[in-house]
Amino acid sequence: MIQVRGVTKYYGQRVAVKDISFEIMQGRVVGLLGPNGAGKTTILRILTCYLSPSEGKVIVAGIDSEQDPLGIREKIGFMPENVPLYGDMTVGQFLGFVADSKGIAARDRRFEISKVISQCGLEQQEKRLIRHLSKGQRQRVGVAQALLGNPQILILDEPTAGLDPAQVLEIRELVKELGKEKTVILSTHILPEASQVCNEVIILNNGKLIAQGTLNELREKLRKSEEMKFLVRTEADLKKMLELKSEDFVVDVIEKHKGEYEILLKPELNVSGRLSKKIVEKGIALFEMRSMELSLEEIFVRLLIYEDENSNQN
Amino acid sequence: MLKGLLPVLKKDVLIMFYSPIYYVCSLIFALLSGYFFYSNIAYFGILSLQASGDPFLSDILNLSDMVIKPFFGNIMVILLLLVPLLTMRSFAEEKKQGTIELLFTYPISDWGCLLGKFFAVVVSYFGMLIWTIPCIVILTFLGSPDWGIVLSAYLGIFLAGLAFSAFGIFASSITENQIVSAVIAFGGLLLLWAVGWMKRLGGDLLGKILEYISMTTHTESFAIGIIDTRDVLYFFIFSAFWLGITSRILQQRYIKR
Repeated sequence: MIQVRGVTKYYGQRVAVKDISFEIMQGRVVGLLGPNGAGKTTILRILTCYLSPSEGKVIVAGIDSEQDPLGIREKIGFMPENVPLYGDMTVGQFLGFVADSKGIAARDRRFEISKVISQCGLEQQEKRLIRHLSKGQRQRVGVAQALLGNPQILILDEPTAGLDPAQVLEIRELVKELGKEKTVILSTHILPEASQVCNEVIILNNGKLIAQGTLNELREKLRKSEEMKFLVRTEADLKKMLELKSEDFVVDVIEKHKGEYEILLKPELNVSGRLSKKIVEKGIALFEMRSMELSLEEIFVRLLIYEDENSNQN
Repeated sequence: MLKGLLPVLKKDVLIMFYSPIYYVCSLIFALLSGYFFYSNIAYFGILSLQASGDPFLSDILNLSDMVIKPFFGNIMVILLLLVPLLTMRSFAEEKKQGTIELLFTYPISDWGCLLGKFFAVVVSYFGMLIWTIPCIVILTFLGSPDWGIVLSAYLGIFLAGLAFSAFGIFASSITENQIVSAVIAFGGLLLLWAVGWMKRLGGDLLGKILEYISMTTHTESFAIGIIDTRDVLYFFIFSAFWLGITSRILQQRYIKR
């Protein structure tokens, strides 16, 4: 559906993104993750043909962005960061303008506008001036304008930025719903958002792509290369548990609560069996021991560290 | 090539008519043009009274020279001051609010957007010119104006309006600040208006060039009822030139490096 091949973008002498390549299949919800300044917005602007890449190629739905940028824009619904809107227009007038701009036929115009208004819960706001709307309502108008014309691809730049927790949940639910029938790309630096909403993530840092895949694929990749984490519940106190650090395969022992410990192990063969054996040998009653999933924050931070170490070695 | 012209035109006209700037500009224009019209008529009345005993002077005095020509000349200068206030929003506001990103991710071509904005200013400009119609109606009650001169003067104002709007939109495309845009447009237009006054200091060739560039050179003939195709062409070329430059500025974002 979307192919990005070796894309680099310079702003003057500054490199915003460097040699980025990825592919996004139809019907996926993909999170573009990275800290501020990682190059997420630049990539989205290139995908929407607002900017052209300095090097590389972008192909969306079989259309080359250099050959037919307007053709690509017809297939994409885009909500820019901070949702810039025309404050002097009413919601209805604005959506009318968007419908005309997207070339929606006059006979379908009213139906299409009503459809996105009800999809985004804006029925009460249609006649209100946009400058009088709350941040959450503006965000919904932003999503509604992106949805007009029923585009195959939806690109949302920081869709929940600046919203209160209830509004964040509403927008996430909306994105999940949309993801059932469209290809959705959303950029965010809020990691739980990506883990809740996305099937797949692309992680950027300093303008470079450092990882792409499903969350499970990324977890697996890290599990193979990094420490393994276990949650252990015992009757022993911290002093007794810290004795385990003398074992060569134990990296660290951290007390989470009384009788509950997080133990980091080197990624070696049958390391969990060796740990349980050692605990029992020390005469400690073992109530529970299980492997802990890496949270997306941990994956993200570790991938960033990994990237930094690799670039320092190079 | 012009995809999106009509939606952008409609949107900009709507926003313009919601904006207090437009109504303030219209009001100031109505007051100033009314004032200049009244002073021209009053001056013409006094002179006519004084010349009533002198058949030679009576023959020279006429509405076209004493009222229509100075009236349209004054209007042109007022518009030169006010058009930058109409154009200052065009791109500067879109850039400041970030809506330009929204605009250029719709299937709208750069030229469609540019001409949509240009014609929106032209429509607003026409809206302001409506205030001059009562003056012309009053003139028909007071005397018999030469309709050929009135219509050619209106054509001159229309063409000058295209040129002012094109330059104003160019000024708006190079900044995010509306005030800076208005100042650049006003300064540039005033310079292009008055540059011909330097023709005597410029020598033969430079003098001719300055005279040709100057807008005043090309408005004079319209005010005396002559439609010279060279003057018509000048305003079209002037407008196309500044719109072309603006289009290049918009395309900057596509430049590879």
